[in-house]
Amino acid sequence: MASELKVPTMAEFFASGTVPEVLFWVGCAGSFDDRAKKITKAFVKILNKANVSFAVLGTEESCTGDPAKRAGNEFLFQMQAVTNIEVLNAYEIKKIVTACPHCFNTIKNEYPGLGGNYEVVHHTQFLKQLLTEGRISMEGGTFKGKRITFHDPCYLGRANGVYEAPRDLIRKLDAELVEMKNCKQKGLCCGAGGAQMFKEPEKGDKDVNIERTEQALETKPDIIAAGCPFCNTMMTDGVKNKEKEDAVEVMDIAEMIATAEDL
Amino acid sequence: MQYLPNIIFIILLIVGVGFFVKNISKLRRNIFLGKEASLTDNKPRRWKNMAKIALGQSKMVVRPIAGALHIIVYISFVIINIEVLEIILDGIFGTHRLFAVLGPVYSFLIGSFEILAFLVIVAVVIFWIRRNVIKLKRFFKPEMEGWPKKDGNLILYIELVLMLLFLTMNAADYQLQQMGADHYVAAGSFPISSFIAPIFENVSVSTLIIIERTAWWAHIAGILFFLNYLYYSKHLHILLAFPNTYYGRLTPKGQFKNLQSVTDEVRMMMDPDADPYAEPAEDAAVPDKFGASDVQDLSWVQLMNAYTCTECGRCTSECPANQTGKKLSPRKIMMDTRDRLEEVGKIIDENNGEFKDDGKQLLNDYISPEELWACTSCNACVEACPISIDPLSIIMDMRQYLVMEQSAAPTDLNNMMGNIENNGAPWPFNQMDRLNWSKES
Repeated sequence: MASELKVPTMAEFFASGTVPEVLFWVGCAGSFDDRAKKITKAFVKILNKANVSFAVLGTEESCTGDPAKRAGNEFLFQMQAVTNIEVLNAYEIKKIVTACPHCFNTIKNEYPGLGGNYEVVHHTQFLKQLLTEGRISMEGGTFKGKRITFHDPCYLGRANGVYEAPRDLIRKLDAELVEMKNCKQKGLCCGAGGAQMFKEPEKGDKDVNIERTEQALETKPDIIAAGCPFCNTMMTDGVKNKEKEDAVEVMDIAEMIATAEDL
Repeated sequence: MQYLPNIIFIILLIVGVGFFVKNISKLRRNIFLGKEASLTDNKPRRWKNMAKIALGQSKMVVRPIAGALHIIVYISFVIINIEVLEIILDGIFGTHRLFAVLGPVYSFLIGSFEILAFLVIVAVVIFWIRRNVIKLKRFFKPEMEGWPKKDGNLILYIELVLMLLFLTMNAADYQLQQMGADHYVAAGSFPISSFIAPIFENVSVSTLIIIERTAWWAHIAGILFFLNYLYYSKHLHILLAFPNTYYGRLTPKGQFKNLQSVTDEVRMMMDPDADPYAEPAEDAAVPDKFGASDVQDLSWVQLMNAYTCTECGRCTSECPANQTGKKLSPRKIMMDTRDRLEEVGKIIDENNGEFKDDGKQLLNDYISPEELWACTSCNACVEACPISIDPLSIIMDMRQYLVMEQSAAPTDLNNMMGNIENNGAPWPFNQMDRLNWSKES
């Protein structure tokens, strides 16, 4: 396997008087959740391989406030936002990449009104850009011919209209992209959004992630591709619930690329 | 006495239109009970949206069957109104088929109206079958029981009757023209009603005139009735879809508005020069209520949304919470908002223009916290609405009230928010450990 991860912090860049190309906003899930940390590492491996000059905030990063805002706590959201914006502006950040659509949406759309103006991209958009610029090459080997279905994260797709970047990457892996009956604009939520991730669902017939997993399994996929750490958790739980974890893998697109590149 | 029909017609028209205007001004007043929302920006984009979504029906065809049928009814409704103009002018001046002077153009117009009227009948019958025989699921949610279901069918019956009256009128007219009756000049073409005319073959001229006149009067009276029925039904969308799409959101769906009242407080807290013990000024305004618990806390656009909703249920059928059996139905959110707003409007009417607290509000009396907390904020309902209604914004405003005014969040969410406050993450991990992943293998 590849050598140790190189994860420079903004503080280090600042100390050396240099500026990275992009700030990697890791997010809470990417920092603390065991499953999501694998996505973070996979993405960093790709960044290292492509020699992208990036930095993380590390211990200076804090929750964007997204779950608080969706739960109705505007006050807590704005406290988080204003604090984060102070840090980001102090480092004169221009461009941010993140593997979490919730962080992506909040920083991109809700921070400008509070004084935080940055170019924000989702990691699938960033990877697509690296590919177009020839800074990474993708060999489809490992995934050649595999059936892959992509689950649109609500906050990437419907909320921000990003549908193609993740799909282009999957196609680049020589995989067979199969669509679920609800996809793109009509994509069905995994059940985690709107702060649902952090609470028990209300009484009903079924959990949302089970419904979505059933839709995904209908496509007879080898892999369910995701672009959001929360969707990833929900779909992984769904696949386990259906006892399909031996046949179907839930992977982030960054992980697929890192695997294909044998990183 | 020869002017009696003209006078009766003019009175009917004035009463019909007058009552409609009165209701529309009430509608306007109710909508503007909502809070201000400045939406004067981006005019070209707004006009374009209205042209595309309302006039062009672009989102209706996402569901092809309902979309195609709806377009038939919509186009016919708009075009047949040219005929209504002729009927009104005939009624006022006592003329008959005033536009007949247009000659071949008139024949073309009448011919098209007939074909459209026939297509409307076909569409309305299919709509009725979808609601009453096939029983499409989205028309059978709990909020559709009672009046809403009846309302939906009534509209179909009215449209059917209006079209049948129109064709009967033409058929009798056509037959009278064939018989060379006085006053009935040969004008128009009758591709559909010429098939109905044969049943009138052995009817006397005088009886035929009665049939023709009855159908004519019933048709215009029916149209005036329908115009006034709009306010009491879900059918206002035929008017409000236009302003509603014009004022529809232009920002990304994921962008929720930042509350200015909160921003002001946060700025003050972060300001090192602010005096935390300062007394508020004597004349300081009462701080804004956070979020919404009743219709007056919502913006006028959200209230217009509620009146615009035609209860098609596309939002609810796309809602992940509703699909998995939760109580939440975005359509019910809109219907409740409208019903409560109507109730508030009635109270204002009864109290000489002033609202008196009736001990009720939108929250709890109409919409339960259980519904509000079931939302995943996925925007499927917003995307699904063919006329740019945003149920999600109401849900979020009401959550804000629950959390910031009542501290009534579910325990799990309180834990999550406590974690964010204490350690900057929704889980209880130390912020100092944020970079540990980079050292783990």
